[in-house]
Amino acid sequence: MLRYLLKRLFFMIPMLLGISIISFAVIHLTPGEPSVLEAEMNPKVTKEVRDRIKAYYGLDKPLHIQYFLWLKRIVRLDFGPSFAPDRRPVIDKIAERLPITITIELLSTVLFFMVGIPIGVYSARYKDSWLDKGLSAFVFAGYAMPHFWLALLLMLFFGVYLEVLPISGIKSFDFADLSFFEKGIDLVKHLVIIVFCSSIGGLAGVSRYMKNSLLEVLRQEYITTAYAKGLPERMVLRKHALRNSLLPVITIFGLSVPGLIGGSVIMESIFSIPGMGQLFFMSVMSRDYPTIMGILVIGAFLTLLGNLLADIMYAVADPRIRIG
Amino acid sequence: MFPKLWIIWALVLFFCLSCGKPKEIGFYDDPGKASFGDTIITSSTGEPSNLIPILASDQPSHQISGLVFNGLVKYDKNLDIVGDLAESWDISKDNLSITFHLRKNVSWHDGRPFTAHDVMYTYRVTVDEKTPTAYSGDFKLVKEAQVLDDYTFKVTYEKPFAPALISWNAAIMPRHLLEGRDITASPLRRAPIGTGPYMFSEWIAGDRLILSANPKYFEGRPYLNRYVMRVVPDTATTFLELKQGGIDMAALTPMQAVRQTDYPRFKREFNKFKFLAFSYVYMGYNLKHRYFKDKRVRQAITYAIDKKEIVDGILLGQGIEADGPIKPDMWSYNGNVKKYGYNKEKAASLLKEAGFEMGPDGILRKDGAPFEFTVLTSQGNDVRIKCAELIQKRLSDVGIRLKIRVIEWAAFINEFIDKKNFEAVILGWTIPQDPDLFDIWHSSKQGKKELNFISFENAEVDEMLVKSRHTLDRKERKKYLDRVQEILAEEQPYTFLFIPYANTAVHKRFKGIEPAPAGITYDFIKWYVPENQRRYKKSAALSP
Repeated sequence: MLRYLLKRLFFMIPMLLGISIISFAVIHLTPGEPSVLEAEMNPKVTKEVRDRIKAYYGLDKPLHIQYFLWLKRIVRLDFGPSFAPDRRPVIDKIAERLPITITIELLSTVLFFMVGIPIGVYSARYKDSWLDKGLSAFVFAGYAMPHFWLALLLMLFFGVYLEVLPISGIKSFDFADLSFFEKGIDLVKHLVIIVFCSSIGGLAGVSRYMKNSLLEVLRQEYITTAYAKGLPERMVLRKHALRNSLLPVITIFGLSVPGLIGGSVIMESIFSIPGMGQLFFMSVMSRDYPTIMGILVIGAFLTLLGNLLADIMYAVADPRIRIG
Repeated sequence: MFPKLWIIWALVLFFCLSCGKPKEIGFYDDPGKASFGDTIITSSTGEPSNLIPILASDQPSHQISGLVFNGLVKYDKNLDIVGDLAESWDISKDNLSITFHLRKNVSWHDGRPFTAHDVMYTYRVTVDEKTPTAYSGDFKLVKEAQVLDDYTFKVTYEKPFAPALISWNAAIMPRHLLEGRDITASPLRRAPIGTGPYMFSEWIAGDRLILSANPKYFEGRPYLNRYVMRVVPDTATTFLELKQGGIDMAALTPMQAVRQTDYPRFKREFNKFKFLAFSYVYMGYNLKHRYFKDKRVRQAITYAIDKKEIVDGILLGQGIEADGPIKPDMWSYNGNVKKYGYNKEKAASLLKEAGFEMGPDGILRKDGAPFEFTVLTSQGNDVRIKCAELIQKRLSDVGIRLKIRVIEWAAFINEFIDKKNFEAVILGWTIPQDPDLFDIWHSSKQGKKELNFISFENAEVDEMLVKSRHTLDRKERKKYLDRVQEILAEEQPYTFLFIPYANTAVHKRFKGIEPAPAGITYDFIKWYVPENQRRYKKSAALSP
């Protein structure tokens, strides 16, 4: 198993290199340049000024040289300074936004697994019942609905009409003046809508995979055997069927790892959450190449790691998959 | 399992509902007495990038640094130049030198006195080749800068330069904190120290930036204790926050100004202010294009476009028709230029004069080729896209086929404007407070990345622009600018479409706001909230 893990980790290197080359090329091919973009169509910005700013960012060098310089830094885990005029280290920018994104994404992930799995189990157990149909309609409506639209509706309803939930941000303006208990309530109130909206999409996936997988397992002969032995239904489901039907759900969990870090561009923008999604969006808009690359490389690494994690969890869930 | 889950959800919901904010009673019509206190919360779609003003070119950074720093001069409510850090100034008889007499009672936020050496430092660092700034242009025309004494600063130019005086509204930076250090790595980028009415307090990245009133401000302490800028990237969210009270001041779109705020509660809690924005929208023609070389064709298109329909239909009346590059409430505006009301017949006869004949398919033709062209506009600006659609309809009425292409901004500039690869564009310009039209209309400004990308050339305009640039006498300058506006109206290199109104909603508890040609924020330090109407009473309000 250890050898397998090491091998998998080693193969990540060329994969990451390939991803970084493609990302680097694509973002540099996008029209527009950092910082000068804002000054576009500004009569006060002369050609000399543009050239000066370009040289300042090192963008006057050929693309492959720029890439090697970037790579040289990245192997030392130095993501460099951001191209935004604040010139802060990319890693600082990412670090200060990471906890918020992880909190929201983790809460959403927990919510959609906690709600999605029971829905899937229930739907499989009571297939074609009215509640199964109702739940299917609910999760699919949630999946199909544009999330930004749902978010705005909920903000309008709970924020503007009922005035019971804050509309955006992560804490109230007078947060520092609140007592410990009030601070907790304030944070919860700020998180309710965004966590709900972020989890509603994943809910459909988890519950459907769970349902189909469980149905598949329930058709297996060993389940029939278990029933024939006279085991109660609850035990058959819990002891024999559930664990085996968790495999597809584990895949989803593995794939949701990069999302934990990457955040949602749309959700974080709508809810004014200072997280990774918002940082990524703003970096793209201002052509802040080092920050974009930093986020992409970390995202790619986590995707690969997530896949590996899923494989390990497969092995834990199903001994047949175990290697070595 | 399920009933339990539902009970938990119901409890959470009940909990949230019961924690709602008590509603405020509307008593904001009472003007009350000016008093110190309260906080104003504004918003911005982007986060400031750098609070050293010469290093940033984005609007949010300037919004903040405008409150933290001062220039030597500034515009007053009527857009006249008045002193800021300079108490007065003398202009030499040959119009080549300006001597600034600086205020003596000004100190930096860290307590050090402000002197002419700070002005000298600001000038030097701005023109320094190593400083990556977009604002060195005007300062580079200075031949000599001198510190005559601690409170007298003199600059001399090669030749008279009309915008010279106002170019000194640039933010003056503290020499004692920056000289001899790399300005691009200074901690002042994130925590500026200026002379302005507000002092930097706190910046929570991606979330909000807080300024607090400068108790020793030389024009008197601002009434409002705090100024908070929240980062709200989504404009729909900004509007919802405004309605809920999470933001006190926000710009409104025409639809929001006219329809979505027209209900009792909003009217009870907010004032709406309307003034002409410093911008105009136009359709510009590539004057190298075979059809657009002919003045009659350009005039015909202007006649064929119903500007009133655009203002009423798209802006919902929140704007006025434009007839030139300057807005009517500015001293440099010339209202006696040729006007082009909607006139389909006149358009048709001008096109006929220009050699176009109506084809069997209802499209005009010249030398067998149909009259069709493509107008480009940038993505994300719905108003301009809708304008293009209305223009398309009107032009088809006179037999011109217009195609519309919407392109992402950066690609639009790099691939089409810079390469002059377009037939017509719908774009907007900001109207500078100083009416220097040189960069857009002078024939020498046709190079790559320069602003006369439509290739406009007119010897008389060139002459007038140069003269107006080198004249400091306002009356004489106006004479030249009037002539430029007359020629532009006659030549129609652009069809000037409209000047929008800026609509701003401000919570009613803020008093002392007077709209003027300069907008509403020119005397922000005089805004106040009567004691009984204050919303934020505690002073903390910072992050834990």
